[in-house]
Amino acid sequence: MTSSRPFSWGNPLMYALALAVAAVSIAPVVYVIVGGFRTTPQIVADPAGLPDPWVWDNYQRVLTQSDFWSQAWNSAVVALGTTLGVVVLGLCAAYVLARYTFRGREALYTFFTLGLLFPAGAAILPLYLMLRDLDLTNSYYAVILPQVAFSLPITIVILRPFLTAIPRELEDAAAIDGTGRLGFLWRITLPLSKPALVTVGVLAFVASWNAFLLPLLVLSDVDLHTLPLGVQNFSSQYTSDTAGILAFTSLAMVPALLFFTLTEKQIVGGLQGAVKG
Amino acid sequence: MTRTLDLAGGASAPPAGPRRVRRSSTRAAETRRKWYEIIGLTTPAIAVYVMFVLVPMGFAVYYSLYRWRGVGPPTDFVGFDNYVLAFQDPIFLDALRNNAVIVVGSLLVQGPIALAVALLLNRRFRGRTVFRLLVFVPYVLAEVTVGIMWKLILTDGGTMDALLRSIGLGGLVQAWLADLDVVIWTLLFVLTWKYVGFAIILLLAGLSNVPHELTEAAAIDGAGWWQIQRHVTLPLLGPTIRIWMFLSMIGSLQVFDVIWVTSVPAVRSLGASATMATYMVDNGFFARLWGYGNAVAVILFVISFVAALLFQRFLLRRDIQGALTGRAN
Repeated sequence: MTSSRPFSWGNPLMYALALAVAAVSIAPVVYVIVGGFRTTPQIVADPAGLPDPWVWDNYQRVLTQSDFWSQAWNSAVVALGTTLGVVVLGLCAAYVLARYTFRGREALYTFFTLGLLFPAGAAILPLYLMLRDLDLTNSYYAVILPQVAFSLPITIVILRPFLTAIPRELEDAAAIDGTGRLGFLWRITLPLSKPALVTVGVLAFVASWNAFLLPLLVLSDVDLHTLPLGVQNFSSQYTSDTAGILAFTSLAMVPALLFFTLTEKQIVGGLQGAVKG
Repeated sequence: MTRTLDLAGGASAPPAGPRRVRRSSTRAAETRRKWYEIIGLTTPAIAVYVMFVLVPMGFAVYYSLYRWRGVGPPTDFVGFDNYVLAFQDPIFLDALRNNAVIVVGSLLVQGPIALAVALLLNRRFRGRTVFRLLVFVPYVLAEVTVGIMWKLILTDGGTMDALLRSIGLGGLVQAWLADLDVVIWTLLFVLTWKYVGFAIILLLAGLSNVPHELTEAAAIDGAGWWQIQRHVTLPLLGPTIRIWMFLSMIGSLQVFDVIWVTSVPAVRSLGASATMATYMVDNGFFARLWGYGNAVAVILFVISFVAALLFQRFLLRRDIQGALTGRAN
């Protein structure tokens, strides 16, 4: 590829720039992870130093004494529930919008895409009041259901063209074999659209895993707290335990970083799909 | 824009797909069946979307007209007083100004950086995958994690100060998060760090869609690197840039998490680091001024919506439809 490009000059500059950008991106993250291996007195004495000696105590403490595991569990349940809900509801709606001809179809599509135009967070106060009146606060549903709703517009926008692109001939062939539209959705569309489903699923999962404002309002029960709430609480509860905060924050990053490394292609692919034009 | 939905008009619907229809009664049955499928498949999504996005929005307008502490039904009708109060509160005006700083600052700082980096890196090079992975890390981390991380680094006498002193720039040291005049710029820096990677990846994705043939043809015609970027690549990148600007603007208007976690409540309550969203949650949820908080929510919503529509009208035009929905249509 490189050889077919007209411009090969500027390579050292390019590498220097790439390195600089990458360094700025991850230096603070590395600092937090490494800082977790120091003691608070070490950090106070020399804020920018390296661990000397390296101590495992902070990480051990967070993993054994804090609510880290229960919060990670809550985050996982909420994120998986959200992902499942978004994928199922989004696929059904996008399938209809892509493969049925009916009056009001474009209006329905516009109706969903309107959700992309304004911040769903603006309605967080009445949303909280509504969930409170429905007696849903302090349950997983209080986070899962609104998050499914927030993610539906982008999901439908990504899925619809994908489903439209499935050749008509396939559907005709399936019809001749006696498979109706619903059977086509289940037996042909579902397996064929796996890449797009993975993309929207990953986007919904990450959004849910990182969500803060909605859980902050609707989950006052400490036992239901998700990781972002846990990190925030830990840091304001033990303000003087800098090393502990660093360790807790690092551990909270690990699942997101792992998950991201595994699914980077899908996330970037999804964005790529989103700006294709 | 929102025409009413006609989901019930089954009788007048156009005939279904390519099926071979033999008798008119089968056709009617088929049409009915199609409508059952349409309604069955879309109702769950519509219900969740209406219930958790649209209905709360309506309630916000209703509550905003009352003075209400959130207990029992609202009875103390005050008309538009809450809105007037908001625009008379200097803290809210500070929040508005801060949102403006973040919207404009994000566009002016992240845009050029991301564009420069993306243009220079728009070629295959060894380690490109790893680079992409690293640059994307800040975007994937939770806002809360990022906020606490920077709070620790920027604390008085913390790592940032030590680093600046060690390279002889001790004179630059500030009370990053406590100085009322400095804190908004510190927060803008943290937001830039968090989101510039997203802009870079988006632009790189857009660049990978620019056909080689065009840049090669320009090169054969004797155009230099700059000329090619300026006259071939940039115009083709237009839709991607505008979509990024749009997403950045909407995100900046509703920014909450990073601000909430990074800035100290005392500084926020003085307005120095408040945004519309933090002001809304502080006053509505925590101070239990529900009517007032909902008025702020409506203001935030109207500002975002108008900004989005204006942007669509004048800049985005059909980008969203054309670009977001791709070539398949």
